[in-house]
Amino acid sequence: MAEVRFSHVTKKFNENMILNGVSAEIKDHEFVVIVGPSGCGKTTLLRMLAGLEEITAGEIYIDNVLVNNMHPSKRQIAMVFQDYALYPHMTVEENMSFALRLMKLKSGAISARVHEAAAILQLTKLLKRMPKQLSGGQRQRVAIGRAIVRHPKVFLFDEPLSNLDAKLREEMRVEIAKLYQRLNATIIYVTHDQVEAMTLAGRIVIMNHGIIQQVGTPIEVYRKPANLFVAGFIGSPTMNFLYGRLQAEGEKLFFKNDSLTLYLPPFLLADAARNAGREAALGIRPDDVVIGPGVREDCSEKIEGILEVSELLGHRENLYIKAGENRILAAVEAFFNQSPGSKVSVGFNYRNMHVFDKKTQKRINNS
Amino acid sequence: MDKKTIRHRRKKLVKYLLIHAVIIAVVVICVYPLLRIFSISIRPGDRVISADLSLIPSGAGIAAYLRLLQDTLFLRWLWNSLIITIATSFIGVSLASTAAYAFSRFKFPGKKTGLILLLSTQMIPAGMLILPLFLMIMKLGLMNTYLGMIIAYSVSSLPFSIWILKGYYDTIPRSLEEAALVDGTSQLGAFYRIILPLSTPALSIAFLFNFTTAWNEYLVARVVLFSSRQYTWTLGLFELQGQYITQWGMFAAGSMLVTVPVLIVFLYSSKWLISGLTLGSVKG
Repeated sequence: MAEVRFSHVTKKFNENMILNGVSAEIKDHEFVVIVGPSGCGKTTLLRMLAGLEEITAGEIYIDNVLVNNMHPSKRQIAMVFQDYALYPHMTVEENMSFALRLMKLKSGAISARVHEAAAILQLTKLLKRMPKQLSGGQRQRVAIGRAIVRHPKVFLFDEPLSNLDAKLREEMRVEIAKLYQRLNATIIYVTHDQVEAMTLAGRIVIMNHGIIQQVGTPIEVYRKPANLFVAGFIGSPTMNFLYGRLQAEGEKLFFKNDSLTLYLPPFLLADAARNAGREAALGIRPDDVVIGPGVREDCSEKIEGILEVSELLGHRENLYIKAGENRILAAVEAFFNQSPGSKVSVGFNYRNMHVFDKKTQKRINNS
Repeated sequence: MDKKTIRHRRKKLVKYLLIHAVIIAVVVICVYPLLRIFSISIRPGDRVISADLSLIPSGAGIAAYLRLLQDTLFLRWLWNSLIITIATSFIGVSLASTAAYAFSRFKFPGKKTGLILLLSTQMIPAGMLILPLFLMIMKLGLMNTYLGMIIAYSVSSLPFSIWILKGYYDTIPRSLEEAALVDGTSQLGAFYRIILPLSTPALSIAFLFNFTTAWNEYLVARVVLFSSRQYTWTLGLFELQGQYITQWGMFAAGSMLVTVPVLIVFLYSSKWLISGLTLGSVKG
């Protein structure tokens, strides 16, 4: 297995900047998920690592070897494509052994490797089938098998589950997690699905507009998003944002907008004098919205809102609340039993509240 | 059965009968001349021009076929045609398959213009190209040779083949080649190992087009070839047409014989014309 290093990697298509000086390090045996919305440059970065896309500027290293101009097959990587890319005129076995035959391995060794991978992926009975005779999930497993047999230094996955239905996606996600535990390989996995990122990754690289927004463990990027984009991208349902201005009254700091005034305690954001006057956005996850009367030490004072819509999801319920001009989504225990139009008291958990500078978009609270 | 159902069934029957009437009429129009030629080819020599419409005339025999094979250079003409046609087809398809791949997969200056120019050559009537082709072949010193004919035929059928193959390559996902590159092939290796085997339907169509065009061609052959031994069958058959008398029996027998190679090629390549080979390779 191997380390991968991106150093100031830039990609331009004509005049369009796709990647703008991306630098990142992926450690040996690490499962890193690169996540971001469509067009953020994540697939381009992976394809550049695979050697399928030219690098405009910067360097890519695999195991401390510069691979910028190295042929894809020499990089000792294996890639699983979004659309599987199985060779339609070859059987499953031929697909899996294709790379090994090109390496001119002995037939005994090829057969052993193919059967070992087939056993891991439960493909043994399907080895003689053609790709068109397989289901979506089976094709995806063959694509993974084709990567495994090569014993590569780095596995690259390009949105491998995006063509599967929800149930199969969940199953394959677990399969990939098990496979990682078994192979203990270096894996770089690209997806736009933050659930896949959160569940599979050892570390997540979040990208937008060709720039890395944040790198961290799933819990780090969830609990301490570096900026407004990461806060909005990670987490489901999406984080609530309240926009307003910070104002100091003596030593106390308040967040104010046209219909809301919230006290911000010093443990959330200190140095009232320095922060006063800033345009800010408060970020609160729907799970950290506290509904109902009563006072809690770690909770903001309650504000009045009107319940607009409630969505029962089984064990949870999403409440869409309007408080003045602010729209708030709260995720609460099921059976809230209030009808739309009724008044609700809404508070916010200070411990998981985030304050962002609206101008720089960066998170400014430290807790 | 209510009136609506009866009316619906009647409508369906009329539609069915009409469609089949059209199909039968087209088949008769296509097959009838062939049957007449066959009929003429087996008539006795003194009854070639006759008002008799029977398919197998009285006194039918293969005399015309024997005379054609024994008294003329027909076998030689057939051989010439075969050599030229097969060489043209293989060269044409080989060049077109690689050129089409470049047009389909690579970006290069003049790509769009090149494709439009290729297409525009197909809009020029064949007769207009005779003089430039004649001059080109003459300058190359290839008059009255197989090579001259092969070059003339290959270049004239290339544009169509390139367009057919390019269109087909465009439908093959690039990820297949990329997977092959990661697996260890070169770009050329990916083309030969992945793209070509998947393109057999389009390659068959291009081959058939090249084959039938070269096999049936007359105008270019008339200009390039001038010795009887080098003639293709199209020119050879016209040898049988005299100023005062035409050997219609032998003419018809020759016409029947020349359909055989085309028929064999068509039947053989039809199994490659099965499309949908890429099904199941990618998402879906």
